[in-house]
Amino acid sequence: MIASPKPDLVTVNVDGKEIAVPKGTNAIEAARLVGVDVPYYCYHPKLSIVGNCRMCLIEMGMPAVDPATKAPIMDPATGKQKINWIPRPQIGCATNAAPGLHIRTNTPQIKDCREGVMEFLLVNHPLDCPICDQAGECKLQEQSTGYGRGYSRYIEQKNVKPKRTQLGPRVTLDDERCILCSRCIRFCKEIAKDDVLGFIDRGSYSTLTCYPGKQLTNNYSLNTVDICPVGALTSTDFRFKMRVWFLKQTNSIDTESSVGANTVVWSREGVIYRITPRRNDDVNDTWMADSGRDLYKAVKAADRLAGIKVNGADSALDLAVAAAADLLKAGSVAVVGSGRSSVEEQFLTKKLAAALKAPAHLVSRVGEGDRLLISSDRNPNVRGALVTGLIAALPTQKLSALAAAIDAGQVKTVVSVGEDLVAAGLTAAQLAKVAVVYLGTHANATSAAAKVVFPTLTVFEKSGTFVNQQFRIQKFLTCVPGPTGTAADAVVLAKLVTAVGGTAVAGDLGSVWTALAAEVPALAGLSFSALPETGAPLDATPFAGLPFVEGETLHYKPAAKTAAA
Amino acid sequence: MPAPQQRRIIFKHIDEAGYTNDLACYVRHGGYEMLKKAVAMQPAAIIDEVKKAGLRGRGGAGFPCGVKWGLVDRKSGKPIYLVVNADESEPGTFKDRYIMHQDPHQLIEGIMISAWANNVKQAYIYIRGEMPHGARILEQAIAEARAANFVGPNILGTAYGCEIYVHRGAGAYICGEETGLIESLEGKRPYPRIKPPYFPAVLGLYQCPTIVNNVETLCHVKHIVEMGGDAYAKIGTPNNTGTRILCVSGHVQKPGYYEYEVGKITMGELLNEVCGGPLPGRKFKAVIPGGSSAKILRFGETFKLKNKDGTERVLTVEDIPMDFDTLAACGTMGGSGGVIVMDDSVNMVEALANINAFYAHESCGQCTPCREGSLWMKKITTRMVHDKARAEDGALLKSVADQIAGRTICAFGEACSWPTQSFVAKFGDEFKAYPETKNAAKPPGALDLV
Repeated sequence: MIASPKPDLVTVNVDGKEIAVPKGTNAIEAARLVGVDVPYYCYHPKLSIVGNCRMCLIEMGMPAVDPATKAPIMDPATGKQKINWIPRPQIGCATNAAPGLHIRTNTPQIKDCREGVMEFLLVNHPLDCPICDQAGECKLQEQSTGYGRGYSRYIEQKNVKPKRTQLGPRVTLDDERCILCSRCIRFCKEIAKDDVLGFIDRGSYSTLTCYPGKQLTNNYSLNTVDICPVGALTSTDFRFKMRVWFLKQTNSIDTESSVGANTVVWSREGVIYRITPRRNDDVNDTWMADSGRDLYKAVKAADRLAGIKVNGADSALDLAVAAAADLLKAGSVAVVGSGRSSVEEQFLTKKLAAALKAPAHLVSRVGEGDRLLISSDRNPNVRGALVTGLIAALPTQKLSALAAAIDAGQVKTVVSVGEDLVAAGLTAAQLAKVAVVYLGTHANATSAAAKVVFPTLTVFEKSGTFVNQQFRIQKFLTCVPGPTGTAADAVVLAKLVTAVGGTAVAGDLGSVWTALAAEVPALAGLSFSALPETGAPLDATPFAGLPFVEGETLHYKPAAKTAAA
Repeated sequence: MPAPQQRRIIFKHIDEAGYTNDLACYVRHGGYEMLKKAVAMQPAAIIDEVKKAGLRGRGGAGFPCGVKWGLVDRKSGKPIYLVVNADESEPGTFKDRYIMHQDPHQLIEGIMISAWANNVKQAYIYIRGEMPHGARILEQAIAEARAANFVGPNILGTAYGCEIYVHRGAGAYICGEETGLIESLEGKRPYPRIKPPYFPAVLGLYQCPTIVNNVETLCHVKHIVEMGGDAYAKIGTPNNTGTRILCVSGHVQKPGYYEYEVGKITMGELLNEVCGGPLPGRKFKAVIPGGSSAKILRFGETFKLKNKDGTERVLTVEDIPMDFDTLAACGTMGGSGGVIVMDDSVNMVEALANINAFYAHESCGQCTPCREGSLWMKKITTRMVHDKARAEDGALLKSVADQIAGRTICAFGEACSWPTQSFVAKFGDEFKAYPETKNAAKPPGALDLV
């Protein structure tokens, strides 16, 4: 790997503690590095700086130099260089690290500034925390506790503003709670490139709204809810469903496309309530698409497969494995793997194909990319199939090779790992010509036609890894248990491998990773448990020549296409 | 001792019989001769003259004009813009309006000289929304000047050209704040910008270096070119050079505009002699010397000031010379020259309620302390006047104001909190007594609403 160039470091002093930070780091981030909390509302590390909340006020000073000679002026009391402190407090978000920058956050003036801003933010705030969705994760609550005075001097009438404006299909606004930080406006303008939000009126009567005749409809609208520091912007889906402090947070990965946005899945007692983005500065920053937040609804979908079936009759796992093995051992098998399967599942799929000496196919899913966090390759893990060796070339459209083989009578049995073969491109007639062993989560034409059906787990019910478009391997963890009658794909695959006479391997994550690290060169030396939460880059050079379909996304630039010959 | 005579430079012709605001009249009175002189000079030489003249901005802050020009980033390769701040909105100030209405060509000549000096190719006059008549006059005057080759491409046969555009505001006080003005000029909400990094001299209009000058300031540039920086600097007092227009309003016999050498007239001379003193049977109670945001002065208070030689002198309000530095030393400011006089018929709580209502209405709402604090102060004083007043409201008002000043994006924070701070500090007795006087005055049977 190429070492990134060393950033230009400068030493700054925060409350007496010295730290070297990249030049230009703002005072909030520099303070964070030495464990000093500078509270803020409007600042967001991925948005432009506006400095409007005034919560991050700090005292700022620079080392004194003689204006004529530029020689340092020493303080005889301390023997150190004198610091010229600016009497007016400065905003931390726009105070950038320069050599010798001193900041103080623990002075009486700063305490008073924070108490003042906290009081101001609350005078017209409805304080309806008992029924507010933001309660428990609200910056006003946190910073009132940390930096407020704890009592109110306000006896006037509070301002009245619209209470439930539907800004778009997924976002509901309570203007009375809004503290006018403008994060949502900046997000729409700078990240989503859909400049529909703005303020009307002025002063304390300023009101957030959409431009006349427009709605907040873009596929990133729910990020405004995530970054709203208060309960003003709420998710119409999540609104009034659950108190957030009851929810368990599990790290996961968005499976919509090969971008692999990092997510957090919020669940309670086996039920998922929402999905939000998780910061990864190399992949999705702090954002994710709205469409990815709905995926959890598949877990409780009515068409979820819930019982192991052999020839349409209820069966048990080992019986079904034996029945499937009988079909497979008859030969003329093709394996259809999935770019939606995890690396572990693809590795076992490859083992199954190898044991059966069967060709492996992968279903291609190509859509339009949005240049942000949804790429053209709508499979989250095509590169995992390449890395594990399940496939050597990128999947073709519509399973055309498999269709031809079926038509030629070369394939009698198909194992499909989670793919609906009809949706993927086979005709009903082609499907009727083959016996199918199906592993999958939801009912479809393939599961209906299959001889053996193994109901398996959604991404929320198992752990594993995906390799995204940057060849970054990222892990997702089990958020909720799978329903009764399901089995993990890896367990089913491992049992099938063993049953058809392949090298015996166990389907649990630890065993699979032992094999992965030993057998897959790109994963040598890695282990599931040691993978960082934000993933690890893999060596992509063996695949550099492949014509990947993705265009540019937030942190991905496709390799320059060689000029057509 | 008789009051000193006015020295009219800017308003030299304004009140002359027959003086009209058209080009022909202006040229008859020697108009655009200084532009001709200027384009024969090196631009840097003009900047030097302005620096030597010590001209300080007449918009409110009193920042030295030459220094401001000196800060402009001339190496960026970007165009330099000149923006004329004609958003005269400070209550009590009405000088720029008269210049634009009565003598628009003087402003245009000042603009063109300053544009030449700073290599500006486009200048904008941002005129207050409530001055549609002034905007029409300026448009007309610019058209005349363009036809006469004083404005536009290749002025006066040179290779140099500069266009002037008039842009009307939509009626917001904050558009007088230079970065708010720039935002508005760009077509956005006039939210003042954070400084750093958005100093107009470097990242101003369209992120290009920009000079923002007040109308009266630019008019002075013409006269600096005429008399030379050194001669101009001899007018007025050291560090407070030139003349300035004082707009007197309120409880005096003869309110109006008066142009004096800076610092050559005292508050007492201005109010008692020039303006004819208080109304019959009244006494002066208080005066705001530089527009409604300036801190109020109470007649009867005294100020101990240090002289240069280390000795002290004691000034009454009447003794204060109307300059930048002494007013600042007395804890207030010359500001925009709007002198608002209040006599003993005024109740200070009610006067403050009026001012607070203005600033709450004009706060842009961008940053927290000003947005919430200005409205809170308004609600308190409105309640005191129209509903129930409490003895502790004065202290609360001061505390709220203290939480605003110095902590906001722009100077509006000070503008809205200085009145409250100074009213409560200087008339604390009235604020304490107000509940009782008010309750005594309450008509019998009136509802107690709180």
